[in-house]
Amino acid sequence: MLAATIRVTGDIDVGEECVQEAYSRALTTWSRTGIPRNVGAWLTTVARRRAIDVLRRQSAQERLLPMIVESAEDATSSEAERTNIPDDRLRLIFTCCHPSLAIETQVALTLRLLCGLTTSEVARAFLVTESTMAARITRAKKKIKTSHIPYRVPTAEDLPTRIDAVLSVVHLVFTTGHTAPSGSGLMRRDLVERALELARMLRALLPSDAGVTGLLALIVLTDARQRTRTGDDGALLLLSQQDRNQWDRGAIVEGTELVREALRHRPAGRFALMAAIAAVHAEAPSWEATDWPEIVALYDLLLVAWPSPVVALNRAVAVGIADGPEAGLRALDELATEPHLSTYNYLASARADFLRRLGRSDEARLAYEEALLLSENEVERAFLASRLTELDD
Amino acid sequence: MSEYLVLIYENEAAWEGADAETMGEMMKGHQVFGERNAKALRGGNALESTTTATSLRRDPSGGLLVSDGPFAETKEALGGYYVIEAADLDEAIAMAGQIPALFGGVEIRPIRVFD
Repeated sequence: MLAATIRVTGDIDVGEECVQEAYSRALTTWSRTGIPRNVGAWLTTVARRRAIDVLRRQSAQERLLPMIVESAEDATSSEAERTNIPDDRLRLIFTCCHPSLAIETQVALTLRLLCGLTTSEVARAFLVTESTMAARITRAKKKIKTSHIPYRVPTAEDLPTRIDAVLSVVHLVFTTGHTAPSGSGLMRRDLVERALELARMLRALLPSDAGVTGLLALIVLTDARQRTRTGDDGALLLLSQQDRNQWDRGAIVEGTELVREALRHRPAGRFALMAAIAAVHAEAPSWEATDWPEIVALYDLLLVAWPSPVVALNRAVAVGIADGPEAGLRALDELATEPHLSTYNYLASARADFLRRLGRSDEARLAYEEALLLSENEVERAFLASRLTELDD
Repeated sequence: MSEYLVLIYENEAAWEGADAETMGEMMKGHQVFGERNAKALRGGNALESTTTATSLRRDPSGGLLVSDGPFAETKEALGGYYVIEAADLDEAIAMAGQIPALFGGVEIRPIRVFD
């Protein structure tokens, strides 16, 4: 509804105002006439009519309109309204995820304008004050307006890189929700739900895009395990300790089907490969019976598609399970000088785990202590602390 | 005769926060400057603030890196300029991305339009 209104106004602020007016008009009209059958269509129509009024008034004043992409007359027919709404959301997400905006701004705008979160909810997701977030969003809207960031689906030539920017934003929303960077809970369900919603929306809008399919598969498969990630007491459970009977089988079937589809596109993209790894885990009857060599092979491909130190770290962990802790430790030590990983608690905790399994308790203790220093998530910290206690026993 | 580019550097916060009287004086000052030097002036514009800036660089593999904000590297110095007309920021990025700034990058700033 907001997306459809913004297309008419060509301006995010005016669009938001029109939508708010539609809501307040709904309160007065519906109390008189009753609630219409299609609430969404009613509101959208009212908001857009309001937007067209605003436009007419502005053009009468000969105001310069920054981003009109379609004449107001075209937008009045209800036929156009129905068929254009998905396109409007797609246009809006490309505006919100424009590479000329900082990535955290892209995420904030997406949550605010596409997921409908309030400014204070977005602020909470980023652990900043509401006024800081309000200022950031205002600045972003000003940049969109004055630098004329377009409100349209990019050209075929630009589309692959621009979709990738959108996918990065959705993935960031998901990972932020999946393991909250700090705080008392391991996950932030609300952000996970929003990411899933966005990925499903993109899939509906761009059904043949392998990257979109891969990302949806990754989110669905990872989230299929969400119920078992912590025990009844809220403590972290490792993949090896989780009760696989509780995994969401329906989600695993859906996700696996999506992975197959995404992998048909060659070369396989980073999200499709990450999803394939998640699928191997999801389909394995147990930790021991997991096809670890297959997982290492998928990480090798992922490292080519997405050369990132974090991927290299995950690969090293998989090597340690496929070929034993000694091999894993060797793979980890190759990453010891990687500057991006020096403050990353998972490198220290992976080293600690391999050292523990090799019986090198003193070194393991040091590594656990280092990981503990670097982690800010309380659930993760409790897990690391319990491992330290076990070493002392 | 030689040609020169004269750059105006100002505190943006002060600029944004200036009262109407101060702004009026400044506009008047620019007008007077323009009239006095009409024969020598080849062009000039006010720019939108750095919060509306977009910077472009080439990554090592030759891809275009687009980022928010002004060009803030102190190693690099302003080396030239183009004034371009484009339908929107995407078109401006596509055009500016063709500029062979081998030893740095380019910054795109919208030119301010006064109502």
